[in-house]
Amino acid sequence: MAGGSSIDVLGQFELHPVLGGLGDALRFSQSPLYMIVAVCLVLAFLYFGMRPAAVVPGRFQAAAEVCYEFIRNMAVDTIGPEGAAFFPFIFTLFFFILAGNYLGLLPFSFTFTSHIAVTLALAVMVFLLTVIVSLKVQGFRFFAHFMPAGASMALAPLLIPIEILSFLSRPVSLSIRLFANMVAGHVMFEIFASFVIMLAGFGVVGDVFAIGPIVINMALVALELLVGVLQAYVFAILTCIYLREAVAH
Amino acid sequence: MGVMMKTTRAGVLAVVSGVSLLAMTAPGAYAAGMPQLDFHNPLVTGQVIWGGVIFLGFYLVLSRVMLPRVGRVLEDRSNRISNDLEVARAAKHDADNAVAELQQARKEALAEAQANLKQALDEEQRIAEQKLEEINARLGTELADAEKRVAAEKLRAFAALKDIAAETTQSLVSRLTGTPADAALVAKKVEGATAQRTV
Repeated sequence: MAGGSSIDVLGQFELHPVLGGLGDALRFSQSPLYMIVAVCLVLAFLYFGMRPAAVVPGRFQAAAEVCYEFIRNMAVDTIGPEGAAFFPFIFTLFFFILAGNYLGLLPFSFTFTSHIAVTLALAVMVFLLTVIVSLKVQGFRFFAHFMPAGASMALAPLLIPIEILSFLSRPVSLSIRLFANMVAGHVMFEIFASFVIMLAGFGVVGDVFAIGPIVINMALVALELLVGVLQAYVFAILTCIYLREAVAH
Repeated sequence: MGVMMKTTRAGVLAVVSGVSLLAMTAPGAYAAGMPQLDFHNPLVTGQVIWGGVIFLGFYLVLSRVMLPRVGRVLEDRSNRISNDLEVARAAKHDADNAVAELQQARKEALAEAQANLKQALDEEQRIAEQKLEEINARLGTELADAEKRVAAEKLRAFAALKDIAAETTQSLVSRLTGTPADAALVAKKVEGATAQRTV
């Protein structure tokens, strides 16, 4: 992707049709392909992990159970008793994003969470879900939330637009947070990797100095492992918080 | 959250610096901007549709098949643990009952043994007392008999004493006076003398 003296940091985010003309016709790029890979990996992890269904779990089964209980506790603790109904959704969301983030860390792979279209679609889905649940549970009282209780009526013309704006900005902040984190991490990988290639053009001295960007990239992988799980967690926990507001009476 | 904000800020910085670096050092590279924002590309919007389908499939498989399976295993385990605990609790209860029964039986046996012992001792004491009483009674009658005999002997001795005294008096009188004393008188005197003395 990076050759000579040019650094093409954004080329890694380009979409190419998979399977030639068929992919072109179906709008099937490597992004959906990696979504399918991520989904299959998560399902395989759960399937093979839980296949023994042992009372005393092995390591693999214990890992699958920890994933289940972690998300379940998060959903039930944050949303409340109604959280059990949303648990499969939160689980799907968390592992879809986590698998996407981690899959993108593999060399030559693609990070579908680095596309604003994907993250915005996920965020809008969450937003619509919270609105639908709110309307279903609270009815028209849902709109009363835009006027904070106890505030003076004189402030209403100021407060109501602010509240509506902050409510509507939720999907934007949710999607841009994930998108920007993933893009930033991968851009930095590309930049430092390109430095190594550029320094290689300066002979022995360049070879020695090229160790620097390699070390930085190694540290970045560790950071990205943290960021990947953190962003998935943030997305899931914010969804839980929005749902808690939605189911609150 | 602080870390998150930091990484977000670092990310934005990196994007900005990356783009500016790109603009400075790579005139031949993409200057059109981020491929993610190229919404005219059908592949970019295609991701949303494909993503929706894949996400829905993922959700359905997880919620219908995978997660209930994990949940069942966890539930089975907790049921089994609680059942085992229940069994253990029941066993402990039984053991406690058995111990209590044993102690009760021991206590009863002890009480019974003590009662038996007491009864035996009482019986023995009663028999001993009875024997003592009998012996006392026999000794009493024997004593009374003996006293009676002694009194009779004494009477007899006293009676003989009078005769002896009368004879002695007569023989003394006949020896002194040469004439035999009047037997009736002597007997009268002896009687008087013995009456005077208390034996």
